[in-house]
Amino acid sequence: MSDSPARRTSPADVARYLASRLGQALIVLWAAYTVSFLVLWALPSDPVALLAGGDATDITPDQLDALRAQYGLDKPLWAQYLTQLGAILTGHFGSSIATGRPVADVIGEAIGPTAQLAGLAFVLALVVGGGLAITATFVRTRWVSSLLLGLPPLGVAIPSFWFGLMLIQWFSFQLPWFPAMGDKGFASLVLPAIALALPTSAMIAQLLSKSLRITLGEPYIDTAWAKGASRARVHVRHALRNAALPALTMTGLVVGGLLSGTVVTETVFSRPGIGRVTAVAVQQQDIPVVQGIVLFAAAVFVLANLAVDLVYPALDPRIVLTSPARRRRRRADAGGPPSELVAQGGADAEAPPATPADPTTPADPADPGNAPTRTEVHA
Amino acid sequence: MTENLLEIDGLSVAYRTPGGDIDAVRDVTLTVARGDTVAIVGESGSGKSTTVHAIIRLLPGAASIPAGAIRFEGHDLVTASAGALRAVRGSRIGFVPQDPTVSLNPVTRIGVQVGEALRVHGLADRRTAAARAIDALERAGLPDAAVRARQYPHELSGGMRQRVLIAIAIIGDPPLIIADEPTSALDVTVQRQILDHLDALRRERGTSVLLITHDLGVAADRADRIVVMSQGRIVEQGTPEEVLLTPRHPYTRQLIAAAPSLNARRAVTAAGAAPATLVERAPDAEAEPFETITTPVLRVASLVKEFALPGSGGAVQRAVDGVSFEIARGQTLGLVGESGSGKTTTARLALRLAEPTAGTIAFDGDDVTHLRGRRLRELRRRVQLVQQNPYATLNPRLEVEDLIADPLVAFRVGSRATRRARAAELVDLVALPASALRRRPAELSGGQRQRVAIARALALSPELLVLDEPVSALDVSVQHQILTLLGDIQRELEVSYLFISHDLAVVRQIADTVGVMQRGRLVELGPARSVFDDPRAEYTRALLDAIPGGARTR
Amino acid sequence: MSDTTALLPDAAQHPTDTFGATAADRFDDAVKDRFADAVKDRFADAGRVRRRTLGILRRPLLVLSIVWLLLVLVAATWPQLLAPGDPLAGVPADKLQPPSAAHWFGTDQIGRDLYTRVVHGTSLTISAAAIAVAVGIVVGSLLGLVSGFVGGAVDAVIMRVADVLLSIPGLLLSLAIITALGFGTVNVAIAVGIASVASVARIMRSEVIKVRASPFVEAATASGNTRTRILFRHVLPNSAGPVVALGVLEFGGAILAVSALSFLGYGAPPPAPEWGALVSGGRDYLRTSWWLTTLPGLVIALTVLAANRLAHGLDTNGAARR
Repeated sequence: MSDSPARRTSPADVARYLASRLGQALIVLWAAYTVSFLVLWALPSDPVALLAGGDATDITPDQLDALRAQYGLDKPLWAQYLTQLGAILTGHFGSSIATGRPVADVIGEAIGPTAQLAGLAFVLALVVGGGLAITATFVRTRWVSSLLLGLPPLGVAIPSFWFGLMLIQWFSFQLPWFPAMGDKGFASLVLPAIALALPTSAMIAQLLSKSLRITLGEPYIDTAWAKGASRARVHVRHALRNAALPALTMTGLVVGGLLSGTVVTETVFSRPGIGRVTAVAVQQQDIPVVQGIVLFAAAVFVLANLAVDLVYPALDPRIVLTSPARRRRRRADAGGPPSELVAQGGADAEAPPATPADPTTPADPADPGNAPTRTEVHA
Repeated sequence: MTENLLEIDGLSVAYRTPGGDIDAVRDVTLTVARGDTVAIVGESGSGKSTTVHAIIRLLPGAASIPAGAIRFEGHDLVTASAGALRAVRGSRIGFVPQDPTVSLNPVTRIGVQVGEALRVHGLADRRTAAARAIDALERAGLPDAAVRARQYPHELSGGMRQRVLIAIAIIGDPPLIIADEPTSALDVTVQRQILDHLDALRRERGTSVLLITHDLGVAADRADRIVVMSQGRIVEQGTPEEVLLTPRHPYTRQLIAAAPSLNARRAVTAAGAAPATLVERAPDAEAEPFETITTPVLRVASLVKEFALPGSGGAVQRAVDGVSFEIARGQTLGLVGESGSGKTTTARLALRLAEPTAGTIAFDGDDVTHLRGRRLRELRRRVQLVQQNPYATLNPRLEVEDLIADPLVAFRVGSRATRRARAAELVDLVALPASALRRRPAELSGGQRQRVAIARALALSPELLVLDEPVSALDVSVQHQILTLLGDIQRELEVSYLFISHDLAVVRQIADTVGVMQRGRLVELGPARSVFDDPRAEYTRALLDAIPGGARTR
Repeated sequence: MSDTTALLPDAAQHPTDTFGATAADRFDDAVKDRFADAVKDRFADAGRVRRRTLGILRRPLLVLSIVWLLLVLVAATWPQLLAPGDPLAGVPADKLQPPSAAHWFGTDQIGRDLYTRVVHGTSLTISAAAIAVAVGIVVGSLLGLVSGFVGGAVDAVIMRVADVLLSIPGLLLSLAIITALGFGTVNVAIAVGIASVASVARIMRSEVIKVRASPFVEAATASGNTRTRILFRHVLPNSAGPVVALGVLEFGGAILAVSALSFLGYGAPPPAPEWGALVSGGRDYLRTSWWLTTLPGLVIALTVLAANRLAHGLDTNGAARR
């Protein structure tokens, strides 16, 4: 009666879960490829003109045809789609039309500097944004809290290119602390990382502070107070622990935002990296490179989500690794406990299972006996 | 002799709201003697909950205490410092909150949460706390305490979680325990066990208990003293005998008259509004529901409904398992059961909001079991629904007139003018003033909204009304009014009711026939009188025994 | 303030028979979730919150935001009113002057008045943002509505597509579209709009699902309404609420995206005074002429801030935000 069977996860469950997540990740990547193909190859009326450099007037029709053949554009769309897909699966991502170099190489050598920049920015955003949210909800003085909470909206509204330029002006020109551009040493990483971190830290701060505020209103926080717990204990051990969970599910978006932010930041600070490659590629309408970047971004997003999916169940004991559908539903209401036994006057437990109520909920041991077998009918 | 453990003296609590200050508690004075159980009874808004939260200063930020003192063990808790309060909470005053499903930290193990009550006061280290936690869980009545201590809250049922909360309250052996409606979120049979357990603990350790409840019956059974509160003030205090047998304040009298559990024998009178005392039902109302000369309005036979369990690969759950009953014209069948009994699913099947897996449903002789499309929609003219939650059952953007006329518009009945006239007629039928027609739901109280819902359900003059816990969300006195109204309407319009409820006492006031459900099966079915006076099934007996209020009165 | 004890009538008369919300309900509204008693509150619902529109005027930041946005609107539609000069005409002798009484925002490297250029550039940026929002909101809401209301396979397909679109960061998606379509203000607007469709659809869908699951929608079914009628009379009016706030919020985001793209050079070609292009143009003179980058960027920031504030003010239930 008191032991629930499918409660703890076994290694087989984990393996199955991992496999299913990986499968889904691959599908997303394939779908991203399809989207990028549709946008970049199917959308433009004449990709050749773009490939030739936008100004097709000084190229003879024969040369245009040759280009078309080279890129397989004389074949029907679906054939192009499949050919490209085949190429990608074997690791060939096409070549940049501007430089002729393989896209894989172009992107490959740009990952390093971007990873450094994004990594530092991520840490900064987490510390500043998270710290601000925690502090703002912890302090008792109302005006301090309001002041702190007034900062994230500013961070969200400030254009990051402008902020980067302001940083250069103040901390590079007026106060010669950091270099204004380039990629030499740690010092040149600081300003760009701060610029990149701004919108992300604002978003993290808003997310976390909202989550904390909601969590602090939950009844189990009252229980903690009623035990005589100190303010710090209530905020950290009870509130933060729960509030961080829904914020965690946003990791994929945060990482994606950082990646796209590098386009502007690396341009402003003249740093090498994925962002710079993208900006140049778009400027030159270098379709293969842009496609490669899109696929790269999707891959990063998927990886980030995968990482979160692995970590999340370890943090939230309510997650039992059975099916992705049920898990998605649980994550959707990760803020509150699953409703199983019902409040009087509340919805009945046997309503069609729209709630994540676990079917193996242990019955109350005080339940009067077994299921009845006959109806006592009064004549 | 017995000194007072807790003395509340002239306490007032106010809330700052955008509209002004509201006095939630006004000049409350009460005492709790050592070893006593004091029950504070009142409806919502009475201030009972605020009063006890003020004792340990667990009030929202917008609240302030403009006046009064709370003396406990030599301190005045109103003026005590944060440190002094923290020292008192959990170790000298234990608190059992109301809703067990949301009062435990979902990501921490049970044992840790229980032991925390000791650790925050430095009363135990980690290992000792763990051991004492298991001990407290056992004392609170949780079986397999050692196993449960390692589990998480979502793995326990509501009743078990409430025992965990009790364990948290008692682990420090506090002289005073405050229990804020500790059982209102639980089934009636579990309620009884929890309250019994609290009684036992009290006797064992001489703990004083301050119990909040909206149920006068519970107070009558368990308390040494009853305090009645209304709108922030104490209107009456005394021993249960004093308060229940010789009430002095008119509100107390009203509360007693309306309390379903105390008046389980009372029926809804023909006179209507004013609650009379002990009126027996008119003899002809006892017609045997099984001697149906005319076709019953609803007849279900061997009804089964299965749901596929998600994630368990094909296993099904039988929410309704072979249920059969009939409802005669102009009669009421009360379907009673605790959560998980299948009563709501049965109601939805009767309404054909769901299709049964097996069995038949016949409406006025016609088989409606597998109706679809247009014919199903036509059925709606004859069976209507009144839902449980008055706060969500009305489209917030429409005016009452449009809400009531909605079914008429759905079936394109009549013209604009006739619909308006009908709406006015219905509003009158449910005893709402004509000015209600122009209002929006947000401007109405719960009871008023439920009346609108009833009016809407009657718009098409249906033959059967399915009422799914229609009064559970309402205060006791409002409940009584709605039940009276339903009785009047039934007499006037000869409409039948399928009345679903978890509350036997409520059902008793309105049902001609009663069916008791447990785990999808009908364990008892018969005329109301019969079922209540001479229950045959053991489960029915357990339910009846669990109705609070039987111990000390009548 | 009126005598608040009048809110709590004499205990002897039970107030439910008199019309209007009872004192208990008003008290409940005031105390909200935690401290009003038991059963009733478990059902506290957005429908019970009474909106106070006059209260809006009591918030100074909101008023300021509205005023600023109105100014921006004027600048977009009638720039001559605020800046009678010619944004393209430069007086070389006056080049690179700092802000002064003659030139409020200073002058650029060709001697053009920066203030005039900013004002005249407003319509470019604002109209691009407006087109972007229109595309995003219209397409997104429609998809979200269909997805949420119809459910089933349709829902699954639309959501899968949305998921994939969301796996590509917004700016990158816009960049891909720009690559394909070419540069220019309109293309930028379309690119930004398309990039926001997926998240709008998601938000709208969850709103629709929430409303669809409400008891009153079930009551409407039980009352005999057809699905179409339920959609238009019950579901749509109740889910449309957040769309306005969402639109304003998207507007702020669109301004940022549009100006970022024009900063990178994909917008209208020079000498068009798009805000982002103005900031970009001043980059080379950053060390000496700070006003060329600072002031246009400040205008962008203030406009986005005002739009966000307005959206926050309109959105009472938090539905428009993720």
